[in-house]
Amino acid sequence: MIPIDSLEKTAQELTAKAAIEIPDDYLTGLRAAADTEKGDLSAFVIQAMLENYEAAKEDRRAMCADTGVPRWYVKIGNDARIEGGPVALEAALRRATADATNGVPLRPNRVHPLWRTDHNNNCGINAPEIEYSFHPDADWIELTTVHKGGLFGTDYRMLFPGDGIDGIKKFYLDTLVAFGKRGLACQPAIVGIGLGGSKDTCMVLGKQAACLRVVGSRNPDPKIAALEDEFKELGNSIGMGAMGFMGTNMVVDCNIEVGYCHTGGMPMSVHMFCLSSRRACARVLDSGKAEYRTDPQWFTDYSRREGVEWLTEQPASRQSV
Amino acid sequence: MADRAAGLKTVRLKAPVTADDLAGLEIGTVVYLDGRVFTGREGVYKKAVEDGAGLPVNPSEIGNVNFHCSPAAAARPDGNYEIGAVTATASFRFAKWLDEWFAMSGVKVIIGKGGMPADVYRDKFVPNGALYLTTVGYGTGALLGRGIRQVAGVHWLEELGIAQAMWVFDVENFGPFLVESDLAGNSLFERENAKIAKGLGKVYEGMKPAILRRFGETDDREEELI
Repeated sequence: MIPIDSLEKTAQELTAKAAIEIPDDYLTGLRAAADTEKGDLSAFVIQAMLENYEAAKEDRRAMCADTGVPRWYVKIGNDARIEGGPVALEAALRRATADATNGVPLRPNRVHPLWRTDHNNNCGINAPEIEYSFHPDADWIELTTVHKGGLFGTDYRMLFPGDGIDGIKKFYLDTLVAFGKRGLACQPAIVGIGLGGSKDTCMVLGKQAACLRVVGSRNPDPKIAALEDEFKELGNSIGMGAMGFMGTNMVVDCNIEVGYCHTGGMPMSVHMFCLSSRRACARVLDSGKAEYRTDPQWFTDYSRREGVEWLTEQPASRQSV
Repeated sequence: MADRAAGLKTVRLKAPVTADDLAGLEIGTVVYLDGRVFTGREGVYKKAVEDGAGLPVNPSEIGNVNFHCSPAAAARPDGNYEIGAVTATASFRFAKWLDEWFAMSGVKVIIGKGGMPADVYRDKFVPNGALYLTTVGYGTGALLGRGIRQVAGVHWLEELGIAQAMWVFDVENFGPFLVESDLAGNSLFERENAKIAKGLGKVYEGMKPAILRRFGETDDREEELI
């Protein structure tokens, strides 16, 4: 039985870590971008961001004051048992979000869409979002928090099979250029692309591809992995860099996730994470012990399963990113 | 890379700023600020301009540098505020309030994210002798947070909340910022957009429009979203 106190304490710690500590994979990716950046203004921006990460870490201060819209991803082992059940877990996540908002501090961003009511704690109706997935043969729970910016860098479009790969490329470029101008998307960023699924699934997959996969990870389908490489290159050939200045780095990495869709369509979403790429995760064991990481390992062989049945005797517990 | 960035000119400005301070500033110059700045975003603009409340205090108390942001702040039991990070919010949304805003506040520098459209500089900033500094990144929230020496005041906190209240900060070595518009209304973003637009034809070469068009869609790649 996983103690509920451990889950709440871990969630609080994760909220602070996500806000303050730049994940290693993104930092490595951005340093590589810094080494190759040809634009002087873009290079200055990246340099300032690298200094900002250091300042955040030294001061235990949030990297960015725009908290975005803090949210939770929860992966539950099939054999996990939570003290108080899922309702207690959701209460713990909301409490942790509210407490960390005051404690770090984070800016209370969440307001009612019409009445603009702000409880000053990043909680409200349907906020923070809590998304679930499950994992076979495990008794742990993995908590991941993501603070993604909430305003720019995302778009959705219903394409059709006849649009082909070229159509996908064009919509990708359209989104990057549109939101890259003036740096509204806070690039260079990890870009996530959702292909297929129903419309809402398409958005969810693309967002998860941007926020939950690490720099350097590749889709297990080798042809999709090749597209990821190609799209990263394509995004960096636009001639645009940080803040929409002339530059050679827009995309730190490109991650694509797919879902089966309507036979007549090819829905697509594009999501740009940001220069602060705020994500942190931990596995909470049955004992309540928390193991912290920055790689959420959200996408697994199980979550990407294609057949009807999941055979538990196959090497199922292997996680791939 | 550091070498490529090191070529940028850097200046340090004292706030409130004077007309002389601003006269020599060229777009693309790096700026750090010392002195007093105050924040404003939807809540402040709407209340001060649209609802006719005016400014909550005399302009001389808040200076003439207005920052489109709100801090990650929390009230502490002793009545003070802890300021964590500070990051700008996109400025184009506030253009519609600027005529009245400049008139009532006498603001000469606006700091924010993403700048304003060229016509806003021409019609609203230039006649008021004002220019625009953009934050860098975005955003260097921790670096800017470090630059805040003290909270000199906070107005409308109760009714607008932490994210929308008007915060008054005394700052030191506050930055970095880049000069986005100068007193003549030239824009760094517009200059860079124009350069990038020249190469876009080649990037898109051979790509056909989507089979299903969007209502009102154009393929004009020089078009700006803001």
